[in-house]
Amino acid sequence: MAKRAAPEVNAGSMADIAFLLLIFFLVTTTIETDSGINRKLPPMEESEEDVIIKQKNIFTVLLNKNDQLLVEDEQMELKDLRQAAVAFLDNGGDKSCDYCRGQKDPTSSDNPDKAIISLANDRETSYKTYIAVQNELVAAYNELRNTRAQALYGKSFSDMEANYKDVNWPGNKEKLKEKIDQIKTEYPQKLSEVQK
Amino acid sequence: MSKFKKKKSGDMPAVNTASLPDIVFMLLFFFMVATVMRQNTLMIENNLPFADQVEKLDKKDLVMYIYAGKPSANYKQYGTEAKIQLNDKFADVKEIASFIAAERASKREELIPFLTTALKVDSDANMGLIGDIKQELRKVNALKINYTTKKGSVFGRD
Repeated sequence: MAKRAAPEVNAGSMADIAFLLLIFFLVTTTIETDSGINRKLPPMEESEEDVIIKQKNIFTVLLNKNDQLLVEDEQMELKDLRQAAVAFLDNGGDKSCDYCRGQKDPTSSDNPDKAIISLANDRETSYKTYIAVQNELVAAYNELRNTRAQALYGKSFSDMEANYKDVNWPGNKEKLKEKIDQIKTEYPQKLSEVQK
Repeated sequence: MSKFKKKKSGDMPAVNTASLPDIVFMLLFFFMVATVMRQNTLMIENNLPFADQVEKLDKKDLVMYIYAGKPSANYKQYGTEAKIQLNDKFADVKEIASFIAAERASKREELIPFLTTALKVDSDANMGLIGDIKQELRKVNALKINYTTKKGSVFGRD
């Protein structure tokens, strides 16, 4: 008698089952990767002594309820804000900053380390505009850091940070960290928000 | 020699679909790996603003989400003012403190300093609400925040 082959399991409905699972996952999941502007809030405790900052070291940005921008007491369009902030931060008025490439205007900021951007907004300001302004100010810092990194290490600052976060990057991370910190101390991000 | 006799084939053979499950499974695994489960059902409009100087928010388990915006079409009875949503329900500004405390309690202690609060706020919300949220976050010492945005230029979006 011939050996009878075991009957094959019918796999015709396997595709249906897999489709069902696929559709379930398509519906319940999202692909979005979250990205955004990182900020640090100031801690709550009040410092007793008031720090005295020279007026020329403060770059005031006011946003009113109609989403209009007032920068250093002059009205300004959003597209000009980045350049104005860069010019202010990179000014180097007291000539102590040997890497600054600004105007060296004695009436503007002394040093990138002392320059502070102060941002104030109304309660009625729209979130969209606020984010746009934040974005432009962060962009100003990034622009300065990128040019500085390019001049020092021949790489842009954002590339260096990307390398630092990349686990597969083959280079020396400690040295890279030092370089990043170096640039961060040369152009510290000093962005304060006024509480009303 | 009937064994090698060719079959008489008159009509077209059916297309072999045996590898269809494999293809579908491949797709399934791709989606399982590349996506994350939806955490909250949004009850608000959440049209995020655009920015291009963004940083990625990695470590999804170390992020607390605060949503804010106008109640969406299905929740018209809650009014048209921008509201805060925590987890799956509308919340008051005062509830943020307890929300943060609950989130912190659910994490391991050594991870608590790395917790970030992601603010997912609708672009039409006004800054008053966000100022209040930030004030509450400062009170509970949750200082690392992230304004979640879409990636794109900030200009020409009106």
